[in-house]
Amino acid sequence: MPDHSYTSRRELEEYRFSAVVTVGVPLVLLGVQRYLPKIFPQTLILDLPLLAVIFFAVARRNPIAGALTGTVIGLVQDAATGLPIGINGMAKAVIGYVGSSIGVQVDVESLLTRVVIIFGSLLAQSGMLGLIHHVLLGEPGFHVLWLHELLRAVVNTVVAIPLFWFLDRFKQRA
Amino acid sequence: MESFLSRFKNPLVLIALLLAQTIGLATQVRRVADASRPDAEEVRLLRLWVDAVISPFERVLTYSGQAIRAASERYAGFRRVQEDNVALKQQVDQLKLERAALADDAVQTQKLRALLDFRQGYLQKTVAAQVIGTSGSDQSRLLILDKGAKDGLRPGMPVITPDGVVGKLRDVFGSTSQLLLLSDATSGAGVVLETTRIRAIVKGSATGKLEILNLTPDLRIKVGDRVLTSGGDQVYPRGIAVGTIESVAPDPERLQYTKIVVKPAAKLDQLETVLVVVDMSDHLDPKSEEELLKESQIHAADESKLPSLHEGNGDEPVSATDAAMPPPDNSRDLVPKTKPVLHPDKYTMGTVPAASDLVPGGGKSVEQSVPVGKPGAPK
Repeated sequence: MPDHSYTSRRELEEYRFSAVVTVGVPLVLLGVQRYLPKIFPQTLILDLPLLAVIFFAVARRNPIAGALTGTVIGLVQDAATGLPIGINGMAKAVIGYVGSSIGVQVDVESLLTRVVIIFGSLLAQSGMLGLIHHVLLGEPGFHVLWLHELLRAVVNTVVAIPLFWFLDRFKQRA
Repeated sequence: MESFLSRFKNPLVLIALLLAQTIGLATQVRRVADASRPDAEEVRLLRLWVDAVISPFERVLTYSGQAIRAASERYAGFRRVQEDNVALKQQVDQLKLERAALADDAVQTQKLRALLDFRQGYLQKTVAAQVIGTSGSDQSRLLILDKGAKDGLRPGMPVITPDGVVGKLRDVFGSTSQLLLLSDATSGAGVVLETTRIRAIVKGSATGKLEILNLTPDLRIKVGDRVLTSGGDQVYPRGIAVGTIESVAPDPERLQYTKIVVKPAAKLDQLETVLVVVDMSDHLDPKSEEELLKESQIHAADESKLPSLHEGNGDEPVSATDAAMPPPDNSRDLVPKTKPVLHPDKYTMGTVPAASDLVPGGGKSVEQSVPVGKPGAPK
Protein backbone atom coordinates (compact mmCIF):
# COMPACT_ATOMS: atom_id res chain seq x y z
CA MET A 1 0.00 0.00 0.00
CA PRO A 2 1.41 3.39 -0.95
CA ASP A 3 2.27 5.96 1.70
CA HIS A 4 -0.17 8.44 0.22
CA SER A 5 -2.86 8.42 -2.43
CA TYR A 6 -4.38 10.96 -4.79
CA THR A 7 -8.04 11.46 -4.08
CA SER A 8 -9.05 13.85 -6.85
CA ARG A 9 -8.06 15.11 -10.30
CA ARG A 10 -6.89 18.27 -8.60
CA GLU A 11 -4.46 16.41 -6.38
CA LEU A 12 -3.45 14.19 -9.28
CA GLU A 13 -2.62 17.00 -11.70
CA GLU A 14 -1.83 20.02 -9.55
CA TYR A 15 1.41 21.67 -10.57
CA ARG A 16 3.65 24.33 -9.19
CA PHE A 17 6.34 26.46 -10.73
CA SER A 18 9.66 27.84 -9.56
CA ALA A 19 9.71 31.51 -8.53
CA VAL A 20 11.82 32.38 -11.56
CA VAL A 21 9.25 30.89 -13.92
CA THR A 22 6.31 32.37 -12.01
CA VAL A 23 7.70 35.90 -12.26
CA GLY A 24 9.86 35.59 -15.37
CA VAL A 25 7.42 34.06 -17.85
CA PRO A 26 4.68 36.69 -17.45
CA LEU A 27 7.27 39.47 -17.54
CA VAL A 28 8.91 38.12 -20.69
CA LEU A 29 5.53 37.65 -22.34
CA LEU A 30 4.54 41.18 -21.34
CA GLY A 31 7.84 42.52 -22.69
CA VAL A 32 7.38 40.66 -25.97
CA GLN A 33 3.80 41.90 -26.12
CA ARG A 34 5.04 45.48 -25.82
CA TYR A 35 7.95 45.13 -28.20
CA LEU A 36 6.51 43.01 -31.02
CA PRO A 37 3.91 45.54 -32.32
CA LYS A 38 6.75 48.02 -32.84
CA ILE A 39 8.06 45.79 -35.63
CA PHE A 40 4.82 44.08 -36.65
CA PRO A 41 1.84 46.31 -35.82
CA GLN A 42 -0.55 43.46 -36.58
CA THR A 43 0.65 41.62 -33.46
CA LEU A 44 -1.40 44.02 -31.34
CA ILE A 45 -4.08 41.41 -31.77
CA LEU A 46 -2.13 39.07 -29.48
CA ASP A 47 -2.78 38.95 -25.75
CA LEU A 48 0.23 37.08 -24.40
CA PRO A 49 -0.39 38.16 -20.77
CA LEU A 50 -3.82 36.53 -20.94
CA LEU A 51 -2.24 33.34 -22.25
CA ALA A 52 0.11 33.41 -19.25
CA VAL A 53 -2.88 33.80 -16.92
CA ILE A 54 -4.70 30.86 -18.51
CA PHE A 55 -1.63 28.64 -18.46
CA PHE A 56 -0.76 29.24 -14.80
CA ALA A 57 -4.37 29.18 -13.63
CA VAL A 58 -5.21 25.93 -15.35
CA ALA A 59 -1.95 24.26 -14.27
CA ARG A 60 -2.24 25.27 -10.61
CA ARG A 61 -5.91 24.28 -10.37
CA ASN A 62 -6.41 26.61 -7.45
CA PRO A 63 -9.09 29.27 -8.00
CA ILE A 64 -7.61 31.70 -5.48
CA ALA A 65 -4.15 31.37 -7.01
CA GLY A 66 -5.72 31.73 -10.45
CA ALA A 67 -7.59 34.90 -9.48
CA LEU A 68 -4.49 36.39 -7.85
CA THR A 69 -2.32 35.53 -10.86
CA GLY A 70 -4.87 37.12 -13.17
CA THR A 71 -5.11 40.23 -11.00
CA VAL A 72 -1.37 40.78 -10.77
CA ILE A 73 -0.68 40.18 -14.48
CA GLY A 74 -3.68 42.31 -15.44
CA LEU A 75 -2.61 45.19 -13.19
CA VAL A 76 0.92 45.09 -14.58
CA GLN A 77 -0.52 45.09 -18.09
CA ASP A 78 -2.70 48.09 -17.23
CA ALA A 79 0.27 49.91 -15.77
CA ALA A 80 2.14 49.40 -19.03
CA THR A 81 -0.65 51.10 -20.97
CA GLY A 82 -2.37 54.44 -20.64
CA LEU A 83 -5.55 52.77 -19.42
CA PRO A 84 -6.90 53.22 -15.89
CA ILE A 85 -5.38 50.62 -13.58
CA GLY A 86 -7.79 47.75 -12.97
CA ILE A 87 -9.46 47.20 -16.33
CA ASN A 88 -7.37 44.20 -17.30
CA GLY A 89 -6.85 43.36 -13.63
CA MET A 90 -10.55 42.66 -13.16
CA ALA A 91 -11.06 40.84 -16.43
CA LYS A 92 -8.04 38.63 -15.96
CA ALA A 93 -8.89 37.90 -12.31
CA VAL A 94 -12.16 36.38 -13.47
CA ILE A 95 -10.43 34.47 -16.28
CA GLY A 96 -7.86 33.11 -13.82
CA TYR A 97 -10.56 32.09 -11.36
CA VAL A 98 -12.74 30.38 -13.96
CA GLY A 99 -9.73 28.75 -15.66
CA SER A 100 -8.60 27.22 -12.37
CA SER A 101 -12.12 26.09 -11.53
CA ILE A 102 -12.46 24.37 -14.90
CA GLY A 103 -9.04 22.81 -14.42
CA VAL A 104 -10.32 21.08 -11.31
CA GLN A 105 -13.24 19.54 -13.17
CA VAL A 106 -11.89 18.43 -16.53
CA ASP A 107 -8.75 17.06 -18.13
CA VAL A 108 -6.99 20.17 -19.32
CA GLU A 109 -4.02 18.35 -20.76
CA SER A 110 -5.84 17.32 -23.91
CA LEU A 111 -5.46 19.53 -26.96
CA LEU A 112 -9.19 19.92 -27.55
CA THR A 113 -9.89 21.05 -23.99
CA ARG A 114 -7.07 23.55 -24.18
CA VAL A 115 -8.36 24.98 -27.43
CA VAL A 116 -11.85 25.35 -26.00
CA ILE A 117 -10.62 26.96 -22.76
CA ILE A 118 -8.31 29.42 -24.51
CA PHE A 119 -10.86 30.35 -27.17
CA GLY A 120 -13.63 30.74 -24.62
CA SER A 121 -11.43 32.75 -22.25
CA LEU A 122 -10.50 35.23 -24.97
CA LEU A 123 -14.12 35.83 -25.95
CA ALA A 124 -15.11 36.06 -22.29
CA GLN A 125 -12.39 38.64 -21.68
CA SER A 126 -13.56 40.72 -24.67
CA GLY A 127 -17.08 40.69 -23.26
CA MET A 128 -15.88 41.66 -19.80
CA LEU A 129 -13.71 44.48 -21.12
CA GLY A 130 -16.69 45.80 -23.05
CA LEU A 131 -18.78 45.62 -19.89
CA ILE A 132 -16.15 47.40 -17.81
CA HIS A 133 -15.79 50.20 -20.37
CA HIS A 134 -19.55 50.58 -20.74
CA VAL A 135 -20.77 50.16 -17.18
CA LEU A 136 -17.88 51.09 -14.90
CA LEU A 137 -16.10 53.70 -17.02
CA GLY A 138 -19.28 55.06 -18.61
CA GLU A 139 -17.97 55.08 -22.17
CA PRO A 140 -21.09 54.67 -24.31
CA GLY A 141 -19.01 55.07 -27.47
CA PHE A 142 -16.99 51.95 -26.69
CA HIS A 143 -18.11 49.10 -28.91
CA VAL A 144 -16.91 45.53 -28.89
CA LEU A 145 -16.19 44.61 -32.49
CA TRP A 146 -17.15 40.97 -32.25
CA LEU A 147 -15.75 39.93 -35.61
CA HIS A 148 -12.40 41.37 -34.60
CA GLU A 149 -12.64 39.68 -31.21
CA LEU A 150 -13.42 36.39 -32.90
CA LEU A 151 -10.32 36.79 -35.04
CA ARG A 152 -8.33 37.68 -31.93
CA ALA A 153 -9.54 34.51 -30.21
CA VAL A 154 -8.55 32.36 -33.19
CA VAL A 155 -5.09 33.93 -33.55
CA ASN A 156 -4.32 33.71 -29.85
CA THR A 157 -5.48 30.10 -29.68
CA VAL A 158 -3.14 29.22 -32.53
CA VAL A 159 -0.26 30.95 -30.74
CA ALA A 160 -1.17 29.44 -27.36
CA ILE A 161 -0.91 25.79 -28.38
CA PRO A 162 2.86 25.75 -29.06
CA LEU A 163 3.44 28.25 -26.25
CA PHE A 164 1.69 26.02 -23.70
CA TRP A 165 3.55 23.01 -25.03
CA PHE A 166 6.81 24.88 -24.40
CA LEU A 167 5.76 26.11 -20.96
CA ASP A 168 4.70 22.59 -19.94
CA ARG A 169 8.41 21.84 -19.53
CA PHE A 170 8.61 24.14 -16.53
CA LYS A 171 5.84 22.34 -14.63
CA GLN A 172 6.72 20.65 -11.36
CA ARG A 173 4.30 18.24 -9.69
CA ALA A 174 3.01 19.75 -6.45
CA MET B 1 -19.90 31.80 10.12
CA GLU B 2 -16.57 30.02 9.93
CA SER B 3 -18.07 27.25 7.83
CA PHE B 4 -19.59 29.89 5.50
CA LEU B 5 -16.22 31.55 5.03
CA SER B 6 -14.40 28.29 4.45
CA ARG B 7 -17.14 27.04 2.13
CA PHE B 8 -17.24 30.18 -0.01
CA LYS B 9 -13.60 31.11 0.42
CA ASN B 10 -12.83 31.05 -3.32
CA PRO B 11 -15.69 33.23 -4.58
CA LEU B 12 -15.25 35.58 -1.61
CA VAL B 13 -11.61 36.15 -2.52
CA LEU B 14 -12.59 36.82 -6.11
CA ILE B 15 -15.30 39.26 -5.04
CA ALA B 16 -12.86 41.05 -2.74
CA LEU B 17 -10.34 41.38 -5.58
CA LEU B 18 -12.94 42.71 -7.97
CA LEU B 19 -14.36 45.10 -5.39
CA ALA B 20 -10.94 46.52 -4.56
CA GLN B 21 -10.20 47.12 -8.23
CA THR B 22 -13.62 48.66 -8.84
CA ILE B 23 -12.97 51.16 -6.07
CA GLY B 24 -9.54 51.82 -7.53
CA LEU B 25 -11.06 52.41 -10.95
CA ALA B 26 -13.69 54.72 -9.52
CA THR B 27 -11.10 56.91 -7.82
CA GLN B 28 -9.08 57.16 -11.04
CA VAL B 29 -12.09 58.03 -13.16
CA ARG B 30 -13.34 60.64 -10.69
CA ARG B 31 -9.97 62.37 -10.65
CA VAL B 32 -9.96 65.64 -12.58
CA ALA B 33 -7.83 65.31 -15.72
CA ASP B 34 -4.67 67.38 -15.77
CA ALA B 35 -2.34 67.33 -18.78
CA SER B 36 0.77 67.85 -16.65
CA ARG B 37 -0.19 65.05 -14.23
CA PRO B 38 -2.34 62.50 -16.05
CA ASP B 39 -2.29 60.05 -13.12
CA ALA B 40 -2.54 60.17 -9.36
CA GLU B 41 0.79 59.74 -7.56
CA GLU B 42 0.11 56.10 -6.60
CA VAL B 43 -0.90 55.15 -10.12
CA ARG B 44 2.07 56.98 -11.59
CA LEU B 45 4.31 55.09 -9.19
CA LEU B 46 2.90 51.76 -10.35
CA ARG B 47 3.43 52.73 -13.97
CA LEU B 48 6.95 53.86 -13.15
CA TRP B 49 7.81 50.52 -11.51
CA VAL B 50 6.44 48.51 -14.41
CA ASP B 51 8.29 50.73 -16.84
CA ALA B 52 11.50 50.37 -14.85
CA VAL B 53 11.23 46.58 -15.04
CA ILE B 54 10.22 46.26 -18.69
CA SER B 55 11.91 49.15 -20.49
CA PRO B 56 15.50 47.87 -20.05
CA PHE B 57 14.38 44.66 -21.75
CA GLU B 58 12.88 46.73 -24.56
CA ARG B 59 16.01 48.84 -24.86
CA VAL B 60 18.17 45.74 -25.21
CA LEU B 61 15.83 44.32 -27.86
CA THR B 62 15.66 47.61 -29.74
CA TYR B 63 19.39 48.31 -29.75
CA SER B 64 20.42 44.73 -30.49
CA GLY B 65 17.82 44.60 -33.25
CA GLN B 66 19.29 47.75 -34.73
CA ALA B 67 22.81 46.39 -34.45
CA ILE B 68 21.85 43.16 -36.19
CA ARG B 69 19.98 45.05 -38.87
CA ALA B 70 22.91 47.43 -39.40
CA ALA B 71 25.40 44.56 -39.62
CA SER B 72 23.29 42.63 -42.10
CA GLU B 73 22.68 45.75 -44.14
CA ARG B 74 26.42 46.47 -44.20
CA TYR B 75 27.17 42.96 -45.41
CA ALA B 76 24.44 43.02 -48.00
CA GLY B 77 25.52 46.50 -49.00
CA PHE B 78 29.08 45.39 -49.58
CA ARG B 79 27.90 42.69 -51.97
CA ARG B 80 25.70 45.13 -53.78
CA VAL B 81 28.41 47.74 -54.19
CA GLN B 82 30.04 46.16 -57.24
CA GLU B 83 26.75 45.61 -59.05
CA ASP B 84 25.64 49.09 -58.11
CA ASN B 85 28.86 50.57 -59.41
CA VAL B 86 28.16 49.40 -62.95
CA ALA B 87 24.57 50.49 -62.77
CA LEU B 88 25.53 53.87 -61.33
CA LYS B 89 27.90 54.64 -64.17
CA GLN B 90 25.02 54.19 -66.58
CA GLN B 91 22.82 56.29 -64.36
CA VAL B 92 25.34 59.13 -64.29
CA ASP B 93 25.08 59.47 -68.05
CA GLN B 94 21.32 59.45 -67.82
CA LEU B 95 21.31 61.96 -64.98
CA LYS B 96 23.46 64.39 -66.91
CA LEU B 97 20.70 64.58 -69.46
CA GLU B 98 18.04 65.00 -66.82
CA ARG B 99 19.93 67.64 -64.87
CA ALA B 100 18.86 70.44 -67.14
CA ALA B 101 15.23 69.51 -66.76
CA LEU B 102 15.56 69.49 -63.00
CA ALA B 103 16.83 73.05 -62.78
CA ASP B 104 13.30 74.40 -62.43
CA ASP B 105 12.52 71.90 -59.71
CA ALA B 106 15.58 73.06 -57.81
CA VAL B 107 14.19 76.56 -57.61
CA GLN B 108 10.96 75.14 -56.25
CA THR B 109 12.88 73.09 -53.70
CA GLN B 110 14.64 76.22 -52.44
CA LYS B 111 11.27 77.80 -51.80
CA LEU B 112 10.06 74.73 -49.95
CA ARG B 113 13.20 74.70 -47.86
CA ALA B 114 12.59 78.29 -46.91
CA LEU B 115 9.10 77.29 -45.86
CA LEU B 116 10.51 74.47 -43.78
CA ASP B 117 12.96 76.83 -42.10
CA PHE B 118 10.05 79.15 -41.40
CA ARG B 119 8.13 76.33 -39.78
CA GLN B 120 11.12 75.33 -37.74
CA GLY B 121 11.21 78.86 -36.47
CA TYR B 122 8.11 78.15 -34.40
CA LEU B 123 9.60 74.97 -33.01
CA GLN B 124 12.36 76.52 -30.98
CA LYS B 125 13.75 73.25 -29.71
CA THR B 126 13.05 69.61 -30.41
CA VAL B 127 14.50 66.44 -28.94
CA ALA B 128 14.79 63.34 -31.11
CA ALA B 129 13.62 60.20 -29.34
CA GLN B 130 13.51 56.59 -30.36
CA VAL B 131 10.49 54.34 -30.00
CA ILE B 132 11.48 51.33 -27.89
CA GLY B 133 8.12 49.74 -27.24
CA THR B 134 4.35 49.92 -27.36
CA SER B 135 1.54 49.50 -24.86
CA GLY B 136 1.06 46.00 -26.23
CA SER B 137 -2.67 46.52 -26.38
CA ASP B 138 -4.98 47.84 -29.07
CA GLN B 139 -7.15 49.36 -26.34
CA SER B 140 -4.43 51.89 -25.65
CA ARG B 141 -2.42 53.36 -28.52
CA LEU B 142 0.68 54.32 -26.66
CA LEU B 143 4.39 54.11 -27.44
CA ILE B 144 7.40 54.06 -25.16
CA LEU B 145 10.23 56.51 -25.94
CA ASP B 146 13.84 56.19 -24.86
CA LYS B 147 14.00 59.78 -23.57
CA GLY B 148 12.53 61.08 -20.34
CA ALA B 149 12.63 63.83 -17.75
CA LYS B 150 16.46 63.77 -17.77
CA ASP B 151 16.34 64.94 -21.37
CA GLY B 152 14.01 67.81 -20.60
CA LEU B 153 10.75 66.11 -21.54
CA ARG B 154 7.54 66.97 -19.70
CA PRO B 155 3.99 65.58 -19.87
CA GLY B 156 1.81 67.23 -22.50
CA MET B 157 4.63 68.09 -24.92
CA PRO B 158 3.68 67.62 -28.59
CA VAL B 159 5.43 64.95 -30.62
CA ILE B 160 5.86 65.18 -34.39
CA THR B 161 7.73 63.64 -37.30
CA PRO B 162 8.69 65.28 -40.59
CA ASP B 163 5.50 63.73 -42.00
CA GLY B 164 3.14 65.23 -39.44
CA VAL B 165 1.71 65.17 -35.95
CA VAL B 166 2.12 61.99 -33.92
CA GLY B 167 0.68 62.71 -30.48
CA LYS B 168 1.73 64.08 -27.12
CA LEU B 169 3.63 62.88 -24.08
CA ARG B 170 1.52 61.30 -21.39
CA ASP B 171 3.62 60.13 -18.46
CA VAL B 172 7.29 61.06 -18.33
CA PHE B 173 9.67 59.00 -16.22
CA GLY B 174 13.39 59.47 -15.60
CA SER B 175 14.78 58.01 -18.80
CA THR B 176 11.65 56.91 -20.63
CA SER B 177 8.31 58.44 -21.48
CA GLN B 178 4.90 57.42 -22.76
CA LEU B 179 3.78 58.85 -26.08
CA LEU B 180 -0.01 58.89 -26.45
CA LEU B 181 -0.74 58.61 -30.14
CA LEU B 182 -3.27 60.88 -31.79
CA SER B 183 -5.16 57.74 -32.81
CA ASP B 184 -5.84 56.74 -29.18
CA ALA B 185 -9.47 56.97 -28.16
CA THR B 186 -8.60 59.56 -25.50
CA SER B 187 -6.55 61.78 -27.83
CA GLY B 188 -7.62 64.85 -29.77
CA ALA B 189 -6.28 67.96 -31.49
CA GLY B 190 -7.59 71.24 -32.81
CA VAL B 191 -7.37 71.22 -36.59
CA VAL B 192 -8.22 73.31 -39.62
CA LEU B 193 -9.16 72.00 -43.07
CA GLU B 194 -6.61 73.51 -45.42
CA THR B 195 -8.89 74.28 -48.36
CA THR B 196 -11.99 75.57 -46.59
CA ARG B 197 -10.28 76.87 -43.40
CA ILE B 198 -13.02 75.18 -41.37
CA ARG B 199 -11.91 74.57 -37.80
CA ALA B 200 -12.66 71.25 -36.16
CA ILE B 201 -11.49 68.74 -33.57
CA VAL B 202 -9.88 65.53 -34.69
CA LYS B 203 -10.13 62.62 -32.27
CA GLY B 204 -8.80 59.10 -32.07
CA SER B 205 -11.14 56.16 -31.87
CA ALA B 206 -11.30 52.63 -30.49
CA THR B 207 -10.41 51.31 -33.94
CA GLY B 208 -7.36 53.56 -34.15
CA LYS B 209 -8.76 55.82 -36.87
CA LEU B 210 -8.69 59.61 -36.73
CA GLU B 211 -12.17 61.09 -36.88
CA ILE B 212 -13.77 64.52 -37.04
CA LEU B 213 -17.25 64.31 -35.59
CA ASN B 214 -18.15 67.89 -34.71
CA LEU B 215 -18.94 69.26 -38.17
CA THR B 216 -22.30 69.56 -39.84
CA PRO B 217 -22.57 68.49 -43.51
CA ASP B 218 -20.72 70.84 -45.84
CA LEU B 219 -20.35 70.21 -49.57
CA ARG B 220 -17.04 72.05 -49.61
CA ILE B 221 -15.40 69.32 -47.55
CA LYS B 222 -13.89 66.88 -50.01
CA VAL B 223 -12.00 63.60 -49.80
CA GLY B 224 -8.29 64.28 -50.14
CA ASP B 225 -8.36 67.68 -48.40
CA ARG B 226 -5.41 68.23 -46.13
CA VAL B 227 -5.98 68.63 -42.39
CA LEU B 228 -3.54 70.80 -40.43
CA THR B 229 -3.17 71.66 -36.77
CA SER B 230 -4.90 74.93 -35.90
CA GLY B 231 -2.85 75.69 -32.81
CA GLY B 232 -6.07 76.44 -30.97
CA ASP B 233 -5.64 73.55 -28.55
CA GLN B 234 -2.51 75.13 -27.05
CA VAL B 235 -0.72 71.79 -27.42
CA TYR B 236 0.30 71.31 -31.04
CA PRO B 237 2.17 73.92 -33.07
CA ARG B 238 0.10 75.56 -35.77
CA GLY B 239 0.16 74.44 -39.40
CA ILE B 240 1.57 70.94 -39.00
CA ALA B 241 0.09 68.19 -41.16
CA VAL B 242 -2.36 65.91 -39.39
CA GLY B 243 -3.51 63.96 -42.43
CA THR B 244 -5.84 63.91 -45.40
CA ILE B 245 -9.58 63.31 -45.47
CA GLU B 246 -10.23 59.68 -46.32
CA SER B 247 -14.02 59.62 -46.23
CA VAL B 248 -16.95 61.92 -45.52
CA ALA B 249 -20.28 60.38 -44.50
CA PRO B 250 -23.21 61.13 -42.21
CA ASP B 251 -22.50 60.15 -38.61
CA PRO B 252 -24.71 57.08 -37.99
CA GLU B 253 -24.98 57.95 -34.29
CA ARG B 254 -25.74 61.68 -34.70
CA LEU B 255 -27.40 62.21 -38.04
CA GLN B 256 -27.12 66.01 -38.06
CA TYR B 257 -23.32 65.70 -38.01
CA THR B 258 -20.77 64.38 -40.46
CA LYS B 259 -18.27 61.64 -39.72
CA ILE B 260 -14.99 62.52 -41.40
CA VAL B 261 -12.25 59.90 -41.31
CA VAL B 262 -8.74 61.32 -41.59
CA LYS B 263 -5.79 59.29 -42.83
CA PRO B 264 -2.83 60.25 -40.63
CA ALA B 265 0.07 61.99 -42.37
CA ALA B 266 2.58 60.30 -40.07
CA LYS B 267 2.84 56.52 -40.14
CA LEU B 268 1.56 56.03 -36.62
CA ASP B 269 2.02 52.27 -36.60
CA GLN B 270 5.57 52.29 -37.97
CA LEU B 271 7.31 54.96 -35.97
CA GLU B 272 11.00 54.58 -35.20
CA THR B 273 12.22 58.07 -34.37
CA VAL B 274 10.11 61.05 -33.37
CA LEU B 275 10.69 64.68 -32.45
CA VAL B 276 9.44 65.97 -29.11
CA VAL B 277 8.80 69.71 -29.23
CA VAL B 278 10.29 70.85 -25.94
CA ASP B 279 10.10 74.57 -26.65
CA MET B 280 7.59 76.40 -28.74
CA SER B 281 7.32 80.09 -29.46
CA ASP B 282 4.51 82.31 -30.67
CA HIS B 283 7.06 84.46 -32.43
CA LEU B 284 9.62 83.64 -35.05
CA ASP B 285 13.28 83.93 -34.21
CA PRO B 286 14.97 86.95 -35.90
CA LYS B 287 16.76 84.80 -38.47
CA SER B 288 13.56 83.10 -39.61
CA GLU B 289 11.72 86.41 -39.61
CA GLU B 290 14.38 87.90 -41.88
CA GLU B 291 14.15 84.90 -44.20
CA LEU B 292 10.37 85.12 -44.25
CA LEU B 293 10.59 88.80 -45.17
CA LYS B 294 13.03 87.99 -47.94
CA GLU B 295 10.71 85.24 -49.17
CA SER B 296 7.71 87.56 -49.20
CA GLN B 297 9.70 90.19 -51.16
CA ILE B 298 10.64 87.59 -53.74
CA HIS B 299 7.01 86.50 -53.87
CA ALA B 300 5.87 90.10 -54.37
CA ALA B 301 8.42 90.58 -57.13
CA ASP B 302 7.20 87.41 -58.82
CA GLU B 303 3.62 88.62 -58.66
CA SER B 304 4.48 91.98 -60.20
CA LYS B 305 5.88 90.12 -63.21
CA LEU B 306 2.60 88.27 -63.74
CA PRO B 307 0.07 89.80 -66.15
CA SER B 308 -2.61 91.67 -64.24
CA LEU B 309 -6.27 90.77 -64.53
CA HIS B 310 -7.17 94.23 -65.87
CA GLU B 311 -4.01 94.75 -67.79
CA GLY B 312 -5.20 95.54 -71.27
CA ASN B 313 -4.15 97.99 -73.94
CA GLY B 314 -4.31 100.83 -71.46
CA ASP B 315 -7.05 102.89 -73.08
CA GLU B 316 -10.00 101.05 -71.54
CA PRO B 317 -12.13 103.05 -69.05
CA VAL B 318 -12.53 101.79 -65.52
CA SER B 319 -15.68 99.71 -65.58
CA ALA B 320 -18.47 99.49 -63.00
CA THR B 321 -17.13 96.06 -62.03
CA ASP B 322 -13.94 97.64 -60.78
CA ALA B 323 -15.94 100.07 -58.69
CA ALA B 324 -17.81 97.19 -57.13
CA MET B 325 -14.65 95.27 -56.21
CA PRO B 326 -14.96 93.84 -52.69
CA PRO B 327 -13.36 96.02 -50.05
CA PRO B 328 -10.41 94.66 -48.08
CA ASP B 329 -11.04 92.42 -45.07
CA ASN B 330 -12.13 94.12 -41.83
CA SER B 331 -13.27 97.15 -43.85
CA ARG B 332 -16.41 98.94 -42.68
CA ASP B 333 -17.62 98.76 -46.27
CA LEU B 334 -17.52 94.98 -46.27
CA VAL B 335 -21.30 94.76 -46.76
CA PRO B 336 -21.97 95.90 -50.35
CA LYS B 337 -24.30 98.84 -50.79
CA THR B 338 -27.49 98.45 -52.81
CA LYS B 339 -27.14 99.79 -56.33
CA PRO B 340 -29.74 102.34 -57.57
CA VAL B 341 -32.77 100.69 -59.12
CA LEU B 342 -33.23 101.28 -62.84
CA HIS B 343 -36.83 100.02 -63.21
CA PRO B 344 -38.63 100.06 -59.86
CA ASP B 345 -41.73 97.95 -59.45
CA LYS B 346 -43.87 96.57 -56.63
CA TYR B 347 -41.11 94.14 -55.65
CA THR B 348 -38.43 96.80 -55.29
CA MET B 349 -37.22 97.30 -51.72
CA GLY B 350 -38.71 100.38 -50.06
CA THR B 351 -41.54 100.75 -52.56
CA VAL B 352 -44.17 98.90 -50.53
CA PRO B 353 -45.73 101.07 -47.79
CA ALA B 354 -45.61 99.90 -44.20
CA ALA B 355 -48.52 97.77 -42.99
CA SER B 356 -49.63 100.60 -40.68
CA ASP B 357 -50.10 102.90 -43.67
CA LEU B 358 -52.40 100.52 -45.50
CA VAL B 359 -56.18 101.05 -45.23
CA PRO B 360 -58.47 98.06 -45.76
CA GLY B 361 -60.27 98.61 -49.06
CA GLY B 362 -58.46 101.93 -49.37
CA GLY B 363 -57.37 103.35 -52.66
CA LYS B 364 -53.64 103.46 -51.74
CA SER B 365 -52.63 100.54 -53.83
CA VAL B 366 -49.19 99.12 -54.10
CA GLU B 367 -48.93 100.24 -57.68
CA GLN B 368 -49.61 103.82 -56.58
CA SER B 369 -46.79 103.71 -54.14
CA VAL B 370 -44.17 103.10 -56.81
CA PRO B 371 -42.10 106.25 -56.74
CA VAL B 372 -41.76 108.02 -59.99
CA GLY B 373 -38.79 110.02 -60.94
CA LYS B 374 -36.34 108.32 -58.65
CA PRO B 375 -32.74 108.69 -59.64
CA GLY B 376 -31.98 106.36 -62.44
CA ALA B 377 -35.63 105.62 -63.28
CA PRO B 378 -36.73 106.06 -66.87
CA LYS B 379 -38.88 109.10 -67.52
